[in-house]
Amino acid sequence: MNNHIKRAVSLYSYQEEFFLKKMNLEDCIAAAAKTGATGIEIIGEQSIPNFPKLTDAFIDQWFGWMDKYNVTPVAHDMFMDYTKKKGHYWTNDEAVESFKKDIRFAHRLGFKVIRVICNVTPEIMEKVIHFAEDHDVKLGIEVHSPWHINSAWMYRHWEVMERTGTKHFGFIPDMGAFTKRLARVQVDRMVRQGADRKIADFVCEQHEKGVMAEYIIAQVAQMTNNRIDIAVAELARHNIMVNPISLLQHADRIIHIHGKFYEMLEDYTEYGIPYKEVIDVLKKGGFEGYIASEYEGNRHIQDIYEVDSVEQVRRHQEMLRRLI
Amino acid sequence: MIVPEKAKKTENGFQFGARLPYYRGISLSMVEEIEVTLDGETLPQSAVNITVHGNTYDLVQREKETDDRWEMGEEAILSVKKEDGLSVGEHKLGLKINLRIGYMPFPSIRVAEKKIII
Repeated sequence: MNNHIKRAVSLYSYQEEFFLKKMNLEDCIAAAAKTGATGIEIIGEQSIPNFPKLTDAFIDQWFGWMDKYNVTPVAHDMFMDYTKKKGHYWTNDEAVESFKKDIRFAHRLGFKVIRVICNVTPEIMEKVIHFAEDHDVKLGIEVHSPWHINSAWMYRHWEVMERTGTKHFGFIPDMGAFTKRLARVQVDRMVRQGADRKIADFVCEQHEKGVMAEYIIAQVAQMTNNRIDIAVAELARHNIMVNPISLLQHADRIIHIHGKFYEMLEDYTEYGIPYKEVIDVLKKGGFEGYIASEYEGNRHIQDIYEVDSVEQVRRHQEMLRRLI
Repeated sequence: MIVPEKAKKTENGFQFGARLPYYRGISLSMVEEIEVTLDGETLPQSAVNITVHGNTYDLVQREKETDDRWEMGEEAILSVKKEDGLSVGEHKLGLKINLRIGYMPFPSIRVAEKKIII
């Protein structure tokens, strides 16, 4: 227990209940706190109406909740809507203006980290770093599968980190890049939608063996013409497995972790993502930030089961507590 | 995505409730298409107005609206003009919503179908 990895919950995890108005923002914060997590992550545009506008009354209420539930704002997830205007792709100046709104928003609500969506270019990052430094907010490009931390796109972001030498720009690896076994909940839903069970099993076996996605897709394309079967094969492309040791060489650049998960089992393991292997690497690298639970299985089971995000997050947090 | 309980006849057509099929709120300008089908007939997109938290937009206004937002989980009202009206009773309602999401390399399209009772 000689390390400083901390636990957070992204309120994204409770989106099913939030969408259906079974839980409001305070309920989500309370549920996160109840798991023992000490940090809160949000998608501003999900949790707070009128984004990026904030009223003083809301800010008071927000910090009131943080005190009441004894939690800390950790990360705000930003988006870059380059195509917000119909028929017009934002210029760099427009993108920078949008980014600054997120930085001001995060700063006012006490978030020290912004999750930068993966479509933001390295050029934009370089233009906003000083603004982020001035607002004491660290920017982390999300390393979300099918990207991994050494992908060409991330390499270009890394060059900006290195060249500027800033402490306010780093990586936020998403655990989805360590999908050793494809999410059962996702595959099962596609079978319910008409995918062939035998082909799905084949895809899962091949992926688990580490066979390259393009090979799996090519093989399935020879078995069937059904679009949904090809889509199952394509899961292997979108949900990659890379050696977690790749995080080690970037240890000093990792500012936050997205603890993506699809299905927590009763024995406190994730069905397809080897959390222990990854957390061991993070410990070795001296990671001192937060791992934030990010439940994403909801959308794959909502057609036949009642989603219980609260229980899934509870199990995930208990797993993290044991592994950290 | 369709909220059938909010369906009712209006002076020049009908309306129903709809929730944005996405995990965050977005500006109305990013809603690329709202396509309504009634009993198999596809209605023109220009016949559909959207009302979010009391503000109503027609197609042209919606496409230009980069500030006002359709929030996560918010029940918007979609009002559809239909010259010949519609009969009392059960109808099959289809809805396709296409969103322009900057980080997605393809359009984000969701479809739904529900029975409504007028």
